[in-house]
Amino acid sequence: MTAAGASSVLLVGFGNPGRVDDGLGPAAAAAIERLELAGVTVDADYQLTVEDSYAAAAHDVVLFVDAAARGPEPFEFRRLSPAPGASFSSHSIQPEGVLQLAQELFDRRPAAYLLAIRGYEFEELSEGLSPRAASNLEAALGFLSPVLRARAFEAALAQRPMLEETTQT
Amino acid sequence: MTTTNGLNRVVIEPVTRVEGHGKVSLLVDKDGHIQQARFHVVEFRGFERFVQGRPYWEIPVLVQRLCGICPVSHHLAAAKAMDMRVGATRLPPTAEKMRRLMHYGQMLQSHALHFFHLVSPDLLFGFEADPAVRNVIGVAADPRFKQLAVMGVLMRKYGQEVILATAGKKIHGTGAIPGGINKNLSIAERDALLKDLPQMEAWAQDALKLCKQYVQDHLALVQEFGAFPSSHLGQVRADGAMDLYDGNLRAVDSGGEVIFDQVKPIDYHQVIAEEVRSWSYMKFPFIKSLGPERGWYRVGPLARVNVCTYIDTEIAERERKEFMALTGGKPNNLSLAYHWARLIELLHSVEKIGELLHDKDLQGTDLVAKGSPQEECVGIVEAPRGTLFHHYRVDAQDQVSMANLIVSTTSNNEPMNRAVHGVAMRYLDGKKLTEGLLNHLEVAIRCYDPCLSCATHAMGEMPLEVSLYDLDGNLLERVRR
Repeated sequence: MTAAGASSVLLVGFGNPGRVDDGLGPAAAAAIERLELAGVTVDADYQLTVEDSYAAAAHDVVLFVDAAARGPEPFEFRRLSPAPGASFSSHSIQPEGVLQLAQELFDRRPAAYLLAIRGYEFEELSEGLSPRAASNLEAALGFLSPVLRARAFEAALAQRPMLEETTQT
Repeated sequence: MTTTNGLNRVVIEPVTRVEGHGKVSLLVDKDGHIQQARFHVVEFRGFERFVQGRPYWEIPVLVQRLCGICPVSHHLAAAKAMDMRVGATRLPPTAEKMRRLMHYGQMLQSHALHFFHLVSPDLLFGFEADPAVRNVIGVAADPRFKQLAVMGVLMRKYGQEVILATAGKKIHGTGAIPGGINKNLSIAERDALLKDLPQMEAWAQDALKLCKQYVQDHLALVQEFGAFPSSHLGQVRADGAMDLYDGNLRAVDSGGEVIFDQVKPIDYHQVIAEEVRSWSYMKFPFIKSLGPERGWYRVGPLARVNVCTYIDTEIAERERKEFMALTGGKPNNLSLAYHWARLIELLHSVEKIGELLHDKDLQGTDLVAKGSPQEECVGIVEAPRGTLFHHYRVDAQDQVSMANLIVSTTSNNEPMNRAVHGVAMRYLDGKKLTEGLLNHLEVAIRCYDPCLSCATHAMGEMPLEVSLYDLDGNLLERVRR
């Protein structure tokens, strides 16, 4: 369905698969990668760091996929904007910070979205998703695949509960 | 904020821009004098249970789940331990050099991230600058420093590319396997990495120059901020050279006298023991011969530069000599000097990557060695933050029956507490506690680049929180930013 010249998309799933539902982001990334969608670059990492801004700047659209400890079930889809005031902690960086760095350092502002899939168990050092999180992942993938194929990100915003231009769950 | 007993407790939880969960608590009397200052680590324990019963060949992949920022260090330490399991006393040159390349890539990206992302805001804007500006985006948005931020991002990216070429995917790195490696480096991968190498070397030298200029401009501050004598521990080669991937243990005291030297990794427990204290989840390792009170030590870049006899790359060795000249050739015991030492290692790592990329052994095809299996397995690497010990016992069914890890942040637990206490007494005692003053404590902790079992993040977690308690544990005030 992807037309020639369609926008380039970077999908970044992040989280730790060794911390139960924190692995939702990488699990989603792995599932999308298996689809081999044209023009969609898939990446996965434990957390976002500053160099993700370089990759973000090289794409028209950036889609972050993460686990959410709170918020709507089974998932939430919302638009993101660069945010200089985003909370910084640790060696990692928030998605809004990645976008801000892409803008400041590489003069690019890709369209950006967050797919936050609701998880429930984060404390145990254990691999594999909880049953409820696995079910939420399935629902999220059912939503995301056609959106990616059609590049219908803006239209998709209307389908899900949305927190416009927000920076935190 | 005065309590019945006249003492207040200030808690900073968690500390920003360090891994995982840590908090600082200050006990302050009614006149604002510091009675106690501690750095607490809320460390996740449970790894031993996680790996118990798992087959040994899974361990080098599984352990990467421990840390989102230095999975490669755990991957390599576990692989080295499991080399012993398969009896691989000597790896084929291709395998050892591929692992070394992976390790120097990790060192490069980690040190670059730490300096440019976490430390440069403090140095460029000052410890008491507005926290809204004193961060990496503040650096990027300032036209004076934008190029510095670009350097940081691209050096980190280069290090990640080295890791990708040697370990595979970021989140499921499988390069190192018990007894060797599962791939060599293709000519195309080599040439891609060689292309940007001169730029990396130039930028590493630029960063070092910036840090040395800071020391020159703030010498009095550097010489007193979190400064205290300590022992130092690191791994060195047989001839005493710095070796970040492999070697034997050496410890020196604050004056440079050798405490022990050339202790093999398998014998680490003969010289290092661990103590538990009631107020911290994290253990306190110590040098056995000195006992728990006097045996604590520093690890990491500062300790490594202090313990090694020399560095075997030209430019880094020149820089080491200049660094050691500051203290007359004796060990440097200044917390802020960690940054300088870290950048010497960053430069050394770039030089070693260059050496390795020009080595034809990386295109070899003999990738795995085997020998007589052993039950007791120990692997030690010098991780970016310091000496990392992985110790396993593997039973006759090839399953892990015991695991013990000493991570670098654990070894630096006591030094970080000393640094926090010293900085609190010097800069906070008797004063009204402002955000800028409290940041001094975070600056002290960041010198050690702690990594506190950072494994989970979830959206929106981990702001800075400052809480003030009385001695009975009653919350008097809490501020989040």
